[in-house]
Parts: sequence; structure tokens; C-alpha cells
Amino acid sequence: MKTSVERLTGLFVELTKRSAGLQPALTTPNPPTDAAKPELAAAQPSAPLPVTHATRGFDFDATVAPADVVTAAEIMDREGFAIDAVTGVDWIAQNEMEIVYDFFHPTEPVRAVVRTRVPRAEPELPTISPVFPGANWHERETHDFFGIRFAGHPNLKPFLLPEDADFHPLRKDYQP
Amino acid sequence: MSFLELEPIRILVYLVGICAFVGGNAAYLVLAERKGAGRIQRRPGPNEAGWGGWMQPFADGIKLLAKQVMVPPGTDSLLFRAAPLMVMAPPLMCLATIPFSDSLVARNLNIGLLFVFSFGSINVMALMLGGWASRNKYSIISAARVVSQSVAYEIPMLLVVITMLMVSGTMNLQEIIVQQGGGFWHWNLFKVWVNPLMPVTFVIFFTCMLAETNRAPFDMAEAESELVAGAFTEYGGMGFGVFFMAEYANIVVGCCLATVLFLGGWQSPIGYLSGGLWGLGWFLLKVYALISTVIWIRWTFPRTQFYSLLNLSWKILIPVSLVTLLLTGAMLKIPLLFR
Amino acid sequence: MITSKESLAADSPDHAPHETFVLNLGPQHPAAHGVLRVLMTMDGEWIQRAEPIIGYIHRMHEKMGENRTYAKFLPNTSRIDYLSAMHYTHAFVGAVERAAKIEVPIRAEYIRVITSELNRISSHMVWWGALLLDLGGFTPILYAFDDREKILDLLEGLCGARLTYCYYRFGGLCNDADDAFLNGTRDFVKHMQPRLKMYRDLVTDNIILRKRLTDIGEISAELCRKYGATGPVIRGAGVAYDVRRAEPYSIYPRFDFKIPTYPECDSMARYLVRMDEMEQSLRIIEQALDGITAGPVMAPKVPRVLKLPPGDTCYAVEAARGRFMVRIVSDGKDTPYRVKLRTPSFSNLSLYEEASKGMILPDALAMMGSLDLVIPDIDR
Repeated sequence: MKTSVERLTGLFVELTKRSAGLQPALTTPNPPTDAAKPELAAAQPSAPLPVTHATRGFDFDATVAPADVVTAAEIMDREGFAIDAVTGVDWIAQNEMEIVYDFFHPTEPVRAVVRTRVPRAEPELPTISPVFPGANWHERETHDFFGIRFAGHPNLKPFLLPEDADFHPLRKDYQP
Repeated sequence: MSFLELEPIRILVYLVGICAFVGGNAAYLVLAERKGAGRIQRRPGPNEAGWGGWMQPFADGIKLLAKQVMVPPGTDSLLFRAAPLMVMAPPLMCLATIPFSDSLVARNLNIGLLFVFSFGSINVMALMLGGWASRNKYSIISAARVVSQSVAYEIPMLLVVITMLMVSGTMNLQEIIVQQGGGFWHWNLFKVWVNPLMPVTFVIFFTCMLAETNRAPFDMAEAESELVAGAFTEYGGMGFGVFFMAEYANIVVGCCLATVLFLGGWQSPIGYLSGGLWGLGWFLLKVYALISTVIWIRWTFPRTQFYSLLNLSWKILIPVSLVTLLLTGAMLKIPLLFR
Repeated sequence: MITSKESLAADSPDHAPHETFVLNLGPQHPAAHGVLRVLMTMDGEWIQRAEPIIGYIHRMHEKMGENRTYAKFLPNTSRIDYLSAMHYTHAFVGAVERAAKIEVPIRAEYIRVITSELNRISSHMVWWGALLLDLGGFTPILYAFDDREKILDLLEGLCGARLTYCYYRFGGLCNDADDAFLNGTRDFVKHMQPRLKMYRDLVTDNIILRKRLTDIGEISAELCRKYGATGPVIRGAGVAYDVRRAEPYSIYPRFDFKIPTYPECDSMARYLVRMDEMEQSLRIIEQALDGITAGPVMAPKVPRVLKLPPGDTCYAVEAARGRFMVRIVSDGKDTPYRVKLRTPSFSNLSLYEEASKGMILPDALAMMGSLDLVIPDIDR
């Protein structure tokens, strides 16, 4: 079946519902305070947001719970998406780390973004490298830069940084 | 003349002559190769040192001589030092039997051909020892390649030589040349009435010669984009310089041999003007024509893959050279039955 | 003709004595084209495992992006992949324009397309020469650089830089293209078409080259998908994925061009894709030269200090090596909150470990050459 934004939306709504039933919603130690910036506060797992490629550069934007990223990656894998990138964003004001998974589709013009947030103090979530082996390097890089631990990752050694690096330069509180 | 015929003087003159010939060739073939490469690649090539770059070999030589000969720790020091000598000596020995003209030959041996090939084989061992003694992984890979490549290419080469032996009936190189006298149609290359596959035989010989001297497209031993510098990786200064010169010396020997066996040696292509200096001129002309072909091939082809190199030998060259051998034998013997 | 797989079955490590050694290929190795290190576990010349180790030229561009304004970060982007700087600046400029909703004048878009495609050709010429160098053919690189020199001269006349261009600006271009550039580009197209034919005759059809690349270094479409490999690598696996079509940007929908694909998945397929791409780039340049109109090259009223609205914006371009994406996360200040640079070489190299298993060393290096790696692009 051809992948489309509608189909993906359906799948992710289902995923969010199932996950909400199974576990309590993601607890954020410091709830978002910056109410003036609604897009920054979209931390809770929610139904995918409508986005348009022309203004944002992607067609699909879903936020899932950290425990669901593997399921989300499996959905993307089944739909024939390719891994584009995995990266983090350090939301220091909200005391959270955002992990962004980018996917592109080799044959359909659909660009999808899956996000999740983990508490800054304990940035840990499961790895998706068994689903997408290409995520291995992206996750290592994210671990390098943000100190986000990917549980189950086969090789979380420093990658781009020197092999004895114990700092995470893209954290906003990083002091060189 | 009588002075030159004194044996010690004769030996000395030829020794110096051959050393100078090999040394001069090695030095200036490097320049010729670089100039030729420049021509093929549409750039000037070396043109700074001396008159239009003609002093470049001296500049290179002085630079290499001035460098320290490094023996890296952990290497087999004796073999590491011996390898460059062993790679340089055989081509010098081979040239002792090569007739440059009807009278210019250091030793007119009856087993000239055998002599050349027995010394030619040492080259491989030297490269292998150099690679092995270097204690470098690239060198060891290269040493292993050199051995299997040489084993593979000596067989068709020797089969071709046996074919030529059957045609000429002698191992004396001077006699082989004398048989080819009287115009280019008498050269072994064109003796299609002896064996219609003679030009093919020549191509096999030439290919094997390229492979035996580790020249592109068969330069598996050096393979600078894969093995850094192969067997020579750990060599610096004159150690490397000697390896480098030996490569060219081997090319000279190989091309000399191809000229003797197939292109009539010092015989003139038009049937007369073969004596004395004319003969020397014809010989060198043919040798340098072959050498420039070797250079030309190097700068126009990419390197072959190692297993396709071995495939070429075992699956194509050896069967074809066996066929030529059988065919030559048959064509030489069958007419005798009806006599 | 033995393929590497057949040889592997015949000469499998299971039958050979279990003795392996570790070969540290690089960071200084002629075939590594930079400071790439590959830790190879070898069984003779057969590779059991090849693990790329990167980071030797890591410069932390993403952190630099966070502590300077958008305009100040712009020159950085051309230093990431120095061979296709135009595409990289295009992506960053495009992301900012998309977020700030800046309309780029049509003439500027045309010139962007022309320069981008010229840059693609010059990048592919370097790849072509370097690949042939890896294969032991010395001569092509000098011909390639000869052609590339003409492109560099054109682009130098346009923007002053020869390699790390910073020609695109937010809202347009830093200066207009003069007639010398446009006519010079026209001449270059005329010059390049017969040259590509010559390269096809002299190099592509060479039997040694074909034997070295055909059926060697198989990278399937599925492998590309799992690792996110893009550009000529995925197109060499038969998938017509090209950002210029999949996520049309600039004015690429206006042009008629083919996406060359080859389904063989081998190194030769990737080689042929790039050779065909150069022809297609020439076609695009010709169409753009015909279609270009007079007009401004800079959008009116682009603020000096750009402040993007909060939120994240992506912009992907088809760089010479594949999909390059910039993600800008803004918090409303005049510096980006986060800049993510998704580089194609990074993903293309990440599949190397899996793809090179069981290959023989020269084949693995030929495959590495066919991936067209630029190490600063991997390390950022």
C-alpha cells in the first residue's frame, strides 16, 4: 500500500493511544513555562501535528513517548521509509532533551519527523539501531554531542569526539 | 683492437659498460617516463632542473643518496639490506649475454637464454624478501602477491620461450639473431609459416614481461593506492632508489629479450645495413620502441584486479601458449614425415 | 571471471587457518582521500570486518552554528563539503528563507540552479579522477582537473571564490551574474559535451575499468534504505531518489532532466550514474541559460539581523554526494538554537562496514572510491 501522510497519521494516532493506555503519560519534571511559544511546548506525546512541506520542510510531525521510539521506527520501516538522521536538541529551559528522528521515503514524496523528549537529568531511551542499522552512527553521534544514552546500543563509544572525551558539547550548559 | 681482446680488459670494459648502460637507462628512463607521462597527461613534466629537465635524474639521485637509509626497528636487518642488492644484480647479469650488435656481446654463452631466465627469476625472491623483511602489513601482502603473480606468469613466459627454442633450435642468443637475418619478414614475430600464432606468442611474451617486471597494469607489488607502496613501503633513500632503478633495469632486460627473440635483435628490418654500429642502432631502436610502449601502457590503463590478473594467466595465457607450443611442434615435425 | 563471492566460497576463511590480522588503513592512506581510518580485520587479503573510524577532522560546525548569527554561520556551510559548497550554502540559505518566508527573485533562482549544477559537475570531476587514481589510472585526474578548472574560473569570476563559495545570500545572491559568466557557461557546456563523450570512450569502456567495477561492491536498495544512503549510491541501486524531484526546491520543477538510475547495485552502476548525472546537469544548465530573465537578484527588505520564528525548519538539497539537509531550530533569537547538518557522506559511509564484508582489499577500496567520500563532510 502506498504510504501517505494520512496513513502515517492513522498509524501514529493508534500508537499514541495504545501507549497512553499502557503507561502513564510522560512526566516532565519542570513543565514547560514558555507559554508564549506554543511550538516549543509541544512535548507531550500527541496526535501528529499538521505541517506542510512548503513552510517547514517536512510533511509529517509526530511526538511519541520515549519508550515508543522503537515501535515508531518499526512503523517507519514497514512503510518503507529510510533513516535520514537522528539528532537531539537540548531544551535547557524546560529541563528536557528532545530527540528528533528524521525519515525520508525513497520513492514517495513524504518526509516524516518523529520526536520524543526525555528528562535532562536522565537522558535515556531505547536504541532503534536493530530496526535501522544506519541509526547506529547517528545515535553514537547524538550520544557524543548530548550525552543521551541509547539503551541497547551496541557501541556507544565516542565517535566524532576524541576517544577520551567525557564532555557533551551541544548541551547548552557546556563550558569549554 | 688487440688491446681490447685481452680478457681482463675485456671483462672490465664490459662490466663498466653494462653498469653504465643500466645506470644510465634507469636514470633516464625515469625521466623519459615522467616526460612521457607529462605528454600523455598534457602537462610539461619535469622541466626545472637543468636544460628542460635533463638534469632531473641527477637531482633525484643526489636527493636519494643524501637521505639516511632507515632500517625500521623490528625488521630483519640483514634481509632488509640485502633485498635491494638482490633486486639490482640479476638484470646486470642478464645483460652480459645480450648481444647488442654482431660483435658487441659480453659473453656469447651457448646457454644464453637459460642464463637470462635463471637470473631473471631472482628478482621475485628479492621483492619477496624485501616485503617480508620490512615487517609491514602492506609489504607482506605485497610479497604474497608478487610470489603468486610471478609463479603464474613464469609458466606462460617459459612456454613461449620453449616455443622459440623449438623454432630456433639453439639457446645462444647471438645465433637466434643470426637466424632472423635478411629483412623483417624473417623475424620470428612474422614467421607465420612456422607457427601461424607467432604474433600471439609475442603478445603473450610481452604481457608476461609486463607482469614479471611489475609494471602497470599489473603492478600488484606496488599498487600505491591500495598498499601504499607495497614491498617498498618501509624503504627510504637509496634503498627505495635501488628498487626503483631495478624496475627499469628489468624493463630494459625484458625488452632486450623480446627484441632478440621476436624482433630480430640487431638485424636490420630491410635486410642490409646490419653490421657494426648500424646493428647497435637497430637494436637500441627496437628496444626503446618496446620500452616506450611499456611506458605508454602504464599511463593509459588502470590497474587490474589481482584475481583477474591470475585468471588471465591461468585461464588464457597458459592454455594459449600451450597451444602455440603444440602447434609449433607439429608444424616443425609434420613436414619431416613427408620428406 | 571469478566474482568476489565465488572466490570467497572457494577461499573461505572457514577453510583457511583461522589467522587474521588487523590492518589499520589510514588515517594517512592514499585511498582514504583525507583522514579516514578504517580498522580492517583481514584474513589474508579478504576483509572480515572493516570498521570506519571517523572524527579526525571534526570541527563541530553544529556548535559554531549555535553561537553566531545566521549570516555569520553561512560561510561555515561551504566548508563542510568543500567540493559541493554551492549546494551546502543553498540548503542553509533555503532553510532560513523557508523559515523567514523570504521570496527569492526568479533570476536569482536561475543563477542558483546554474551555479549549483556547475558545482555538481566540478565535484563529480574530482570524484572521477580520484576513483581512477584509486584504481591505478593516473591520467584521468589531470583531464578531470582541466575541465574542473574551467568551472572554477567561471565561479571565481562570479563570486571571487574558487572552492568555498559563499555566493548565495538570504533572499538571493551576493551579486548579479554578468554576461561574461553566462556566455562562459554556454561555452563550457559546448566544451564539456564532447569531453564527456571522450571520457566514455577512453575510460568508461575500458575493459580493465569495467572488470574492476562490474559486479563488485554490491549495495542494494534495501541496504541504502536501512542506512539512509542517498545520491548516486541509492540511484546506483535502481531507486530514482533525487531530492530535486522528491522534495522540489528552488525552480527545479521547471527543468526537464532525467534521474539516471542503474539497477545493478555495483560500483559500475554508481560510476555510470555519476557520469550520466554530469550530462543531465549540462542539460539543466542549458535550459536555465535559455530561460533566464533580467531582474533583481536580491529580495527586497531582507532584515539585516534575521530573527526566525520559533520552531524548526528543514531544507534538503541534492548535493553532489546525495541528500544534504539542514534543520534549524529557532527560539526566536538572532542566533539559531540548534543547527543540524545531515550530510550525505556520513550515511553513505555508515553502510561500508556491512557492504565490505568478505571483499578483497582492492575491491573494497574501489567500492570506497565509488561512494565518493569527502571526509570533512563526514566529520563536520
